[in-house]
Amino acid sequence: MSLQILWFILIGLLLAVYYVLDGFDLGAGILSPFIAKEEEEKEAIIKAVGPVWDGNEVWLLTGGGALFAAFAPAYATAFSGFYLAIMLVLFGLIIRAVALEFRTYDTAWRKLWDILFFIGSLVPALLYGVALGNCLQGVALDMNGDYVGSFFDLLGLFPLAVGILGLSTIILQGACWLCLKIELGTELQRKAANVRSIMQIVTLVLVLAVTVMFFSAGGLNLSEGFSLPVAAIGVIVLIVAVVVGFMSATRGKDLVAFICSSLMCVALFVLFAASIFPDIIVSSGPGPSITIASAAASDYNLTVMTIIACIGVPLVLIYHVLIYRAFRGRVPVGKK
Amino acid sequence: MELFADPVFLARLQFTITVIFHFVFVPLSIGLGLFMAIFQTKAYKSQDPKDEAIARFWVKVFALTFTVGVATGITMEFSFGTNWADYSRFVGDIFGSPLAAEALLAFFLESTFLGVLIFGKKKVGKKFYMVSSWLVWFGSLLSALWILIANSWMQTPAGYEIADGKAIVVDFFAAAFNPETIPTYVHTVVALVIMGAFVAFAFACYYHLRGRNERFVTNTVKFGTIVMVVATVLMMPAAHMQAKVVADEQPSKLAAMEGQYETEAVPMFLFGFVDTENQTVVGPSIPGLTSFLAAGDFNAEYPGLNDLEAAEPGSTPTDAEVQTTFINYHIMIIMMGVICLGVLIALILALKDRFAFCGKLANKRWIWKVMGYLWIAPFLAIVTGWCTAEFGRQPWIVYGELKTADAASAAVSPEMLLITIILFLVIYLLIWIAWGRLLFKFLQEGPESVESSMQLEAAAASTDADKKGGEWA
Repeated sequence: MSLQILWFILIGLLLAVYYVLDGFDLGAGILSPFIAKEEEEKEAIIKAVGPVWDGNEVWLLTGGGALFAAFAPAYATAFSGFYLAIMLVLFGLIIRAVALEFRTYDTAWRKLWDILFFIGSLVPALLYGVALGNCLQGVALDMNGDYVGSFFDLLGLFPLAVGILGLSTIILQGACWLCLKIELGTELQRKAANVRSIMQIVTLVLVLAVTVMFFSAGGLNLSEGFSLPVAAIGVIVLIVAVVVGFMSATRGKDLVAFICSSLMCVALFVLFAASIFPDIIVSSGPGPSITIASAAASDYNLTVMTIIACIGVPLVLIYHVLIYRAFRGRVPVGKK
Repeated sequence: MELFADPVFLARLQFTITVIFHFVFVPLSIGLGLFMAIFQTKAYKSQDPKDEAIARFWVKVFALTFTVGVATGITMEFSFGTNWADYSRFVGDIFGSPLAAEALLAFFLESTFLGVLIFGKKKVGKKFYMVSSWLVWFGSLLSALWILIANSWMQTPAGYEIADGKAIVVDFFAAAFNPETIPTYVHTVVALVIMGAFVAFAFACYYHLRGRNERFVTNTVKFGTIVMVVATVLMMPAAHMQAKVVADEQPSKLAAMEGQYETEAVPMFLFGFVDTENQTVVGPSIPGLTSFLAAGDFNAEYPGLNDLEAAEPGSTPTDAEVQTTFINYHIMIIMMGVICLGVLIALILALKDRFAFCGKLANKRWIWKVMGYLWIAPFLAIVTGWCTAEFGRQPWIVYGELKTADAASAAVSPEMLLITIILFLVIYLLIWIAWGRLLFKFLQEGPESVESSMQLEAAAASTDADKKGGEWA
């Protein structure tokens, strides 16, 4: 396997892990106003994501940085092409980070921070999918690789459908996480479990709808070598995760349900990656698509990056084991 | 208002706003992080509840500031792709890896152990908790290293070749440790530590003037003075090294810093402004001093802007950029003078029990009042110093290789930039006000409030200790 393919896979992994991990804290933020009525419940949700949200978000920064380093033209095109959408995502992530940390101390402005925490979670959760939908569908690029359409061209039916699917999976992730982290027997945990059951069905319907839309648009290119087997594995994992997810949720096996929901996210992302491979950003003309080969950095740079990754990734895994272990167990609702 | 229809100007304006805002909170985090770690260690060693309260107070202040730094840093990571697409395409092979490495090697470290600091007081052991505070600080230093490696490469690019109109890295270590890297890193980190010490001192002055928290005041004055003296002494060789690299590697920046249009021995102006029309500087100066600092010779000649421009048309900053560079640079120098004065005051306050004349001065309220405001000096020095480095580099985005005008995103229109600039201003203003309010609230409540909440916790813990085993903080 060439270094270029390796880095395509690594960046895919970084973003998939981001989807799974930040997915649950974004989802918790979206659910918070709907299922947490009392201050103690809101606080419990903050405590369920508080120690880990920042680390979860770093996966996005790492993925973005790695995309810049390994496939700079793709980074440049995506981020400048989806400019307003990306900016809205960034504004969302900014106000959300501040809201999450400030609300505990800032009793006077707590209402404002709660609203911002919700909006800041909702906007990125929706727009990520819209961006990926556009990558799948293809966007208008010129010869330099610059996007030449308008902001509203990005809001087609298919990208919006992918956006809503993404949002739905993220809400499901949030519900699964809260079911797992909130004290059993509380009103909050029960509500999260209800949402989880509903979102499992909604997500399944949306997955089917997006699949139908995708194939009816004739947008699949699995001609390249190992795309097909990878996609097949993705589909199998997806089906298993959905089925086991349903079963474990009805039996109250919260950890298994969370793992299934996470696997479903990974499978969806793998299907996305297999569909665009060997392109990174599909062009609908007049310029060429941005491909792995055309965008890749020099082998020397990719080698350096691989060495850095070999040093960094084990450390990152150790940090994650440390923090999730330190904060294991359920969060009580209400007085200490 | 044709400037507001110029996408490059707007992209620069947006970058300036977002990076300066970010850069205000990062120095505070790195500077105050050292104090947080020092006081955590002190509390760990003494096991005294009073020290414990002070340590937790520092965690609150640090977390508040760090959060804003993290939140506003997300924008920076993506700003190269969003606003500077052609720059990203040009430097991707070199510039991306330090950014990725920063996230992988530094951000994960910081975020993990910050989570421990904020939420983990009762979840982890005392030693683990204390070590976490050092790890967060270490992570922030590491993060500064990677981002300054990236920035230095824009100033003095090295270890690369140009192929197909792109910079391709051929020697990672030469690129990472280009001529600017070490001087810039030492200069910057030392400046941030000085800033942290002045802010810590400001807290101490606030409490001293209100007769509160004598223990906090004594300790902060003691550690603050030590940190300040060491850092300010280190600043001298660091600043000298930095100036020397500029003189050797970036002649047009050196010329802009002293507003020097003709090739001659470079003076050092104490203050003033550039009369760009007549190409002279108005203000008092010491002839040849800059030449002496850079080359050890008062008569060493350095090329002026006119000769540099004649040698390569379009390679020197515009008049407005020369003026901006000059003014920023000289504000920084003046602020360094004020900082030295501040260090003297700090020494007087720290030695008040040792020498009678220090004690006499320390009894005056005005000296504490003055010291309480002096954090403004390092704050201004940091911002203007950074502006000197970046404006002085113009018209280049990568010195000698790529012009800023050729680096922006073609896909981004002036309208999009204007809309997002306005949104940034609104959001950052909100964050700034919220941060200021909360910081002042923490300051007013002080370590005492932490102490009383600790007593409440202890009381609660003793009543229901048995039924609740491993609980959340």
